Amino acid sequence: MELAVEGIACGGCIARIEGALKRMPGVVEARVNFTNRRLTVAWIKEAISPGAVIEALDKMGYGARPFAPRLAEDEDARAARELMKCLATAGFAAMNIMLLSVSVWSGNITDITPETRDFFHWLSALIAVPAVAYAGRPFLRSALGALRARSVNMDVPISLGVLLAVGMSLIETINHAEHAYFDSAVMLLFFLLCGRYLDHAMRRRTRAVAGNLAALRAEIAQRLERNGDVIEVPAAALEPGDRIVVRPGDRLPADGVVVDGTSEIDESLVTGETAGRTRRGGEMVYAGSLNLTGALTLRVTAAGERTLLDEVERLLEKAVKSKSRYVRLADRAARCYAPVVHTAAAATLGGWLLAGASLHDAVIAAISVLIITCPCALALAVPAVQVVAAGRLFRNGVILNAGDAIERLAEIDTVVFDKTGTLTLPEGRVANAAAVPPDLLELAARLGLSSRHPLAAAVAREARDRKPFPGVVEDAGQGVRAIVEGREARLGSASHCRLDGLLQHPASQASIIAVRHGERWAVLMVDQALRPDAVSIVGGLRARGLAMRILSGDRRDAIAPIAAALGISDWQAGLTPDRKVEALKSLAAQGHRVLMVGDGINDAPSLAQAHVSMSPISAAELSQAHADAVFLGAHLAPVLESVLTARAARRLMLQNLSLAAVYNLIAIPIAVAGLVTPLIAALAMSGSSLLVTANALRLRLSRRRRADEAPQQPGSAPATLAAP
Amino acid sequence: MNVLVFLVPMALGLGLVGLFAFLWSLRSGQYEDLDGAALRVLNDDDITG
Repeated sequence: MELAVEGIACGGCIARIEGALKRMPGVVEARVNFTNRRLTVAWIKEAISPGAVIEALDKMGYGARPFAPRLAEDEDARAARELMKCLATAGFAAMNIMLLSVSVWSGNITDITPETRDFFHWLSALIAVPAVAYAGRPFLRSALGALRARSVNMDVPISLGVLLAVGMSLIETINHAEHAYFDSAVMLLFFLLCGRYLDHAMRRRTRAVAGNLAALRAEIAQRLERNGDVIEVPAAALEPGDRIVVRPGDRLPADGVVVDGTSEIDESLVTGETAGRTRRGGEMVYAGSLNLTGALTLRVTAAGERTLLDEVERLLEKAVKSKSRYVRLADRAARCYAPVVHTAAAATLGGWLLAGASLHDAVIAAISVLIITCPCALALAVPAVQVVAAGRLFRNGVILNAGDAIERLAEIDTVVFDKTGTLTLPEGRVANAAAVPPDLLELAARLGLSSRHPLAAAVAREARDRKPFPGVVEDAGQGVRAIVEGREARLGSASHCRLDGLLQHPASQASIIAVRHGERWAVLMVDQALRPDAVSIVGGLRARGLAMRILSGDRRDAIAPIAAALGISDWQAGLTPDRKVEALKSLAAQGHRVLMVGDGINDAPSLAQAHVSMSPISAAELSQAHADAVFLGAHLAPVLESVLTARAARRLMLQNLSLAAVYNLIAIPIAVAGLVTPLIAALAMSGSSLLVTANALRLRLSRRRRADEAPQQPGSAPATLAAP
Repeated sequence: MNVLVFLVPMALGLGLVGLFAFLWSLRSGQYEDLDGAALRVLNDDDITG
């Protein structure tokens, strides 16, 4: 059973949920997927009911529901809105209280009357108490949930700090004291909410893309009944043995054997193989491929859960789960942090009491330790860098799916490329355009505009005048023809152009399409072009000390020349999705951290399996959903840029964490000594937050400097790999 | 100091107006599709004639 679980906020929650559920009698396995906030539970039917599992989760402070995809996305949008509301409230309160606090601070050293000061403190309380009650809920709820289950997470010290600060300030206000810490409490809340919202916003995007997965599969199938009728049924209703009809231009709804008809099938999404394959009677075809030219009748061999695509999906799920064990830098820092602070606060309390101070003074000193050390800078240290890095990557055409992608990207030592659509451009290109008479090429191109065959589409890209000819007829699986300038013009296979005798097949991996106009004719070679900057980028990655590999589902002879052109000696061809995953696993077992760059459906599990992954924007939706980052455009440069940015970002994150640590080293002694006034607290907290944020912004400067030193090599001459 | 009697409620009031304006805009779904809104401005559908 799969459950959507609400309220998982940190790495500690995973251990808590899994541990608690596994102790329940009857539960065989429980596994939390942190990325999508899901929980998979396996249990023995007689021993326990699903209701009991949900109830147990409820008791621990997590709301759980059997998974329904749409619901989860709604949930996400709701959570984001709530965070935003809390953020707005906290921001409003922080500004207004600070206004009053500054008056009090300046008044304290000049001529403020105690009455006015009390009035201002009461006003602050009036704003702060409701604001904290409202905006603090995300932290309070999570902390309460943790406490109820008798454990501690990062939100416990946060909530404790904020609540104690407000409580103490209230008591001090009642006692007409000089100092109140309302501003600190609310400002803290505001900064923390900022960090949390940024984090949440990044994760939300991923989920939205993942939700597209369903659209990929052909939903409706045309089933052929025994009496010869064709009726539309949902693809899920197909059974092995059913006969279905697939029209040209449709995606196949299920795996099957061709019983009737001949057609060219584009399997590039499924296998990575580029050339369309002609399938005729008795041959297997797979769900998700595109039927290009002719109508096919299939006998279904596997439908629904068991299609190749679902096999990919199953691999995917496993791969994603194995990766969610990654612990973020910030979580790791937070884990060491909480015990230190609480010990320090307790020691302060004890120390002051032993030194003979009054209970009131000792408690105030202990609380100020909690307030001033509250993980303000810590909570901003990583998200601030992430947001700046994400912005810098975005300007370079890279969209991040996963919030922690940057951290993982910084750690890689190996890059694995898929070939089709990744190293090469997804569209074909006429390789021998220069050798063909220009008017004949233009004719072929304009004819090509009328066909949806990928070879014709590649030819059509050469058209200068993008108007198709009128009256074009398409002969399914053969080509197109039209009457141009009184003579017949044809574009298509050699036989379609009646060139059978005239043409020997050259030995090349390029695909061939012919054009004929009256008596004149030409043969066009369509092949896959390397991305324009592939050579220089691969060189750049190698110069940064990264090992390079190619894992492809395409044929050997299609990859060898590409690998040679790029100088990559380590390549494997003809790999199925699970073999790719295996290859990545063995790399990981050798201690390598792999960046996988790929685009096909067959790459999706490997993308999820790899330490970190990227997809071009032309990739299958499924792959994009599982890549940690997606890059735009025809160039490969974003891959190099991402690695460089990630490394710079990681350096800055570590710097920020050390800055936060140094800040605490200075602040804790002051707080322990009982010298913290609200002014010092506010200065220290906003100072450290600003410092960390400013440090993060250096990422933008470093980019400009480097851009000056080494201007990007714009598309060097496209490497051509066709053997004419 | 009597001026505070006016100034403080005014300052708070203005702040609250801002806050509620933001909350209203949030609730009415104006932040649901920021990229879409940026593109929609280029849409000429609303021009008649």
